[in-house]
Amino acid sequence: MATGAEEEANRPFAGLSDVSISEDIPVEGDISVPVGPSARRGGDDEFSTLDEPVKETVLRDLRAVGKKFVHVLYPKRSSALLRDWDLWGPLLLCVTLALLLQGGAADSDYQGGPQFAEVFVIVWFGSIIITLNSKLLGGTISFFQSLCVLGYCILPLTAAMAVCRIVLVAGSGAVSFAVRLAVVTASFGWSTFASTAFLADSQPANRKALVVYPVFLFYFVIGWMVLTFSPSQ
Amino acid sequence: MASTNDPFQFQEFEEAGNLLEADRNATTITIEDDITLPEKQRQAAGFLSDRDEEDILASDDKTEVKERIIGSVLPWPGKNFIHLYLRRNPDLYGPFWICTTLVFAIAISGNISNFLVHLGKPNYKYTPEFQKVTIAATAIFSYAWFVPLALWGFLLWRNNKIMNLVSYSFMEIVCVYGYSLSIYIPAVVLWILPFEWLRWCTIVVALCLSGSVLVMTFWPAVREDHPKVIIGIMSAIVVLNVLLAVGCKTYFFSKPEKELQVDNPVAAEITKAPSTT
Repeated sequence: MATGAEEEANRPFAGLSDVSISEDIPVEGDISVPVGPSARRGGDDEFSTLDEPVKETVLRDLRAVGKKFVHVLYPKRSSALLRDWDLWGPLLLCVTLALLLQGGAADSDYQGGPQFAEVFVIVWFGSIIITLNSKLLGGTISFFQSLCVLGYCILPLTAAMAVCRIVLVAGSGAVSFAVRLAVVTASFGWSTFASTAFLADSQPANRKALVVYPVFLFYFVIGWMVLTFSPSQ
Repeated sequence: MASTNDPFQFQEFEEAGNLLEADRNATTITIEDDITLPEKQRQAAGFLSDRDEEDILASDDKTEVKERIIGSVLPWPGKNFIHLYLRRNPDLYGPFWICTTLVFAIAISGNISNFLVHLGKPNYKYTPEFQKVTIAATAIFSYAWFVPLALWGFLLWRNNKIMNLVSYSFMEIVCVYGYSLSIYIPAVVLWILPFEWLRWCTIVVALCLSGSVLVMTFWPAVREDHPKVIIGIMSAIVVLNVLLAVGCKTYFFSKPEKELQVDNPVAAEITKAPSTT
């Protein structure tokens, strides 16, 4: 009996044809698809989010975006931002920033502020080029993760833009300029610090500075656009 | 069993170092793939993985880039930038980011200098002049990519007629041009101050440094050629450099004495057209 079993085992792929799970080999596991509480509350099929109310879908994405905003505001080296990347947040921030930068210096036939498309191009092509740069330098972060990080870290500068517009409503003299300069500098530093906290970790040590400099330039240019916004009078 | 004259006998190549001492262009093969060898030697040995392919484009670290920038700012007679600093290892990081920084430096400094010049005038309204970034980008990137392309094509053509020991690849020429622009970044920042004499001084210094880096780099590649060709090439390199510098200064930085009016766009276009070739 034993030799017969050995012969069986020696033949290639032996024994696969009559595999069966016997009672004394316990099989355990969990095959449930993880869904949020909202789907269950809807009382629908637990494994498909297709039938849930649209509100629940939107809210789930918004909650993910909001959670990442919080991660940007308190940049710890957590991997949540990297693991579940999404590009909704960067899109939202880019559109908000571009809209807030409109309506300034409205002679608008020439020599004005950046157009809506220019802001878009700078933000998205800038992020893509920085991502390519860090990948060519041997980074371990993936393409979309890097885009996600760079996009989300525009949040402090967008907030600074909103603050600047409010300050400009109050007045546009030297005091307001000083306030705006301070706010923009602080948020530029915050953005750069937050994004390098995520990006620089994925690089070998001798190339960290090479990756950080383009990020610095990117947020510097966006900060410049925010600072030089001058309203039409 | 096989004699040394057997053509099918596997031959040992000389040590890479000995061959390279004699002639930089020698083909060398090093059999061992020692991962403790620095990146460059592994590339020369032909052991390239996917990661190494990427590294060719950005195969440097902080100290190398810094060394190359310093080398482009301090030219020394007899020191060829390509031979000394690139050593068959051109990178795209330096040229690309120096050009980008220069583009934004020109746009921002031009904007600040305009603001300072017109400060205090009653009917001056500050505008960010963001459209100038596009123009600066076109000018700088055309200079940094099309002029090396033309130069490389020309040198290739001359190499067919006159055997030259020294020949540069396209990447190396792009690299030299990119790094030679690095002196303009501090120069452009200095141009913010509205003093004409300061601007002309810095432009002359920057032109000398940048032009001499280029001239000393390309001198070995053309010195065996016909004298007219040598003069033609060298003067073309220098003249294009001058056109770029003076054109940028004229277009982006207005003179302090002028009143508030648009910089004459027609003159600027004529000045800048040759530099974009």
